[in-house]
Amino acid sequence: MEQSHIKKQINFIKNSLFEQGYLDEQFIQLEDLQDDANPNFVEEIVTSFYSDSTRLIRNVENALENYPLDFCKLDDYMHQFKGSSSSIGAKKVKVECTHFQECCKARNSQGCIRAFQQMKQEHATLKRKLEAYFQISRNE
Amino acid sequence: MNLASQTLVNKQSTMPSSSSASRNSTAGGESNVPDQFPAGLRVLVVDDDPTCLMILEKMLRNCKYEVTKCNRAEVALSLLRENKNGFDVVISDVHMPDMDGFKLLVHIGLEMDLPVIMMSADDSKSVVMKGVTHGACDYLIKPVRIEALRNIWQHVVRKKKREWKDVDTSASLDDVDRKEEKQQAEDPDYSSSANEGHNWKNAKRRKDDEDEGEGEGEGEERDDSSSLKKPRVVWCVELHQQFVAAVNQLGIDKAVPKKILDLMNVPGITRENVASHLQKYRLYLRRLSGSHQSGGTTPSFFSNPDAGYGSISTLSDLDLQALAASGQLGQLGQLGQLPAQSLATLQARSAYPKSSISVPLLDQRNIVSFENPQLRYGLNQVQNRQGQNGNITRPMNLLHGIPTTMEPNQLMGMQGSFPGLTSQGLIPLTSQSQSQSHVSRQPVLSGQVVSPGNHVTESTGNRFHVRGSLGIPNYGNNNQMRQQNWGDLTFDPSRQMQGGSGTHVVQHNFGSSQKLGGNKVIYSSTGEGSGTHVVDNDRSMLKAEKVSYKNTFFPEEYNQEDLLNAMFTQQQQQQGENELGVDWSSLDNLPV
Repeated sequence: MEQSHIKKQINFIKNSLFEQGYLDEQFIQLEDLQDDANPNFVEEIVTSFYSDSTRLIRNVENALENYPLDFCKLDDYMHQFKGSSSSIGAKKVKVECTHFQECCKARNSQGCIRAFQQMKQEHATLKRKLEAYFQISRNE
Repeated sequence: MNLASQTLVNKQSTMPSSSSASRNSTAGGESNVPDQFPAGLRVLVVDDDPTCLMILEKMLRNCKYEVTKCNRAEVALSLLRENKNGFDVVISDVHMPDMDGFKLLVHIGLEMDLPVIMMSADDSKSVVMKGVTHGACDYLIKPVRIEALRNIWQHVVRKKKREWKDVDTSASLDDVDRKEEKQQAEDPDYSSSANEGHNWKNAKRRKDDEDEGEGEGEGEERDDSSSLKKPRVVWCVELHQQFVAAVNQLGIDKAVPKKILDLMNVPGITRENVASHLQKYRLYLRRLSGSHQSGGTTPSFFSNPDAGYGSISTLSDLDLQALAASGQLGQLGQLGQLPAQSLATLQARSAYPKSSISVPLLDQRNIVSFENPQLRYGLNQVQNRQGQNGNITRPMNLLHGIPTTMEPNQLMGMQGSFPGLTSQGLIPLTSQSQSQSHVSRQPVLSGQVVSPGNHVTESTGNRFHVRGSLGIPNYGNNNQMRQQNWGDLTFDPSRQMQGGSGTHVVQHNFGSSQKLGGNKVIYSSTGEGSGTHVVDNDRSMLKAEKVSYKNTFFPEEYNQEDLLNAMFTQQQQQQGENELGVDWSSLDNLPV
């Protein structure tokens, strides 16, 4: 009973993440990769993503403090960010990266800063939700 | 001609059975189960993003591939260089901090000729196009799905097939040479294209027969089935320059083998040799002019000394050794042999005062002219990795074993039985060496010393005869030379220069012998600037041609003493740019 209840919870959380657009199909790909040999694969990947992306975010923040903005470099960072966030299926984060890149192309400093704030927010939100998700999954 | 038949050999050992795409039929050390291809496909993944790397690794593992991860392009390149046949396909990210993915792509194409798949989150047409023009065999958009990875084996097979086809072409052409020589003895205007057609079938049939024999890696069979057991003529630099001079003098259109032969006035080569060489030269020129037209960014890549050569100069010694070897010999076995010999010689040199060693080598102009580039690299390699080495005594003896007055012909004599040894002799070497985690070729020479009654003890199992595989220019007339005591070189891998896996693994994993064959040492960074890195049907042929013509120029560019000096002074250098002291930019001026 308890188990199926937890399972239901897990599924509920996961479904909502998908429905709300936090995660996309790539996340399912990751879950498919999870097997007995790597029972916590998805969590490991997400952990790796967050530690790596935190570093990237710091780099972007530093870059945003240097005026005039180095749009090339920022675009570069965003390209990397986009790559890794898309690998874990972080849909909203990816969308914000694209916004940021568009602002870079348009050389829109304010736009870049705004996009970055948005991106950070989505990044943090997803982290919370995934942490909760994994927590519950582990309890299963 | 050497190149063609040798390439043929390569192909054979690479893919012995066309029915199964298995790679391990003749391999000794291959880990995958036979006929389970594509399972066990050895993939090298390069991506600076650790998350992506982890995901790709898992996906590829789930596809039953053997995965090696790498987060830096430089590391990937050295991995590839050290294990020339250790990988079947490379997947690389476009965007990497230490090296542009496209640059890596080109490098890999040049040096290892492996299929490379590019990946990026960027799906803009320009970037994808760049991938195509730089020679990527596929371009994946991130996030990569496992379905996309499941089929990457097709690129491996496709590439091999293309190489087979090229081998067929070159082998057939080569056979055509010989047949034509008989049939058109009086034809002054030997033209390859004219003869290609009607002799194709004959040549192909013969080659197919040879293929059967090759299946088991029986080099002797190939040798026997070769219709003409003429002494090989290796077109060394001098010879080729004489050839080119003669051709230029006559005019490329009017240059016919007989006249060229007369002009060259070199004893020991026949009109047939010249005809065959001319045919290749023509093809080479044709490709050169064709590729120049198609070259976009790539030509500049090569013509730019800083960008192109700087990176290219980081070609491993192995590459260059192999390249030089292939330039002369093209044959797989020789590729392996040459570095070994070089390394052995270098080791000897490193252990003893220059004066006592360099002299004998310098006396043998022709040998040194070939050895130098390789020796240089080999020396660096050796120095870098082995440091002090108690086994140096062996190589020392090796040098003593080298007759100081040896004429080039004598050395060539060793080549006499080379074909027979290629697959047989060398294969055991590589497969054995794999277990030893290092395959140094020094024992080639040490083996030689053993023959004259040296005290070197030999371990069991790994010995094999490497005859005439020193990559020494073969001017023909070497029949009588076969009896030289150079002839028997016994290679004992266990007596390799110890010092860990310092020495370059030439073909450490014979199990991946399919790569041995497929691994035409592609070295075209000699200023041709051709855009041949575009996936091109004639690529391997072209590269083979390049190798045969361009690489031979190496020795001519540098005084041999200088080379030796460079070698010694560079003993402590780590592998790096221009460590070989080669002025790559000068390669632009190589006469062609």
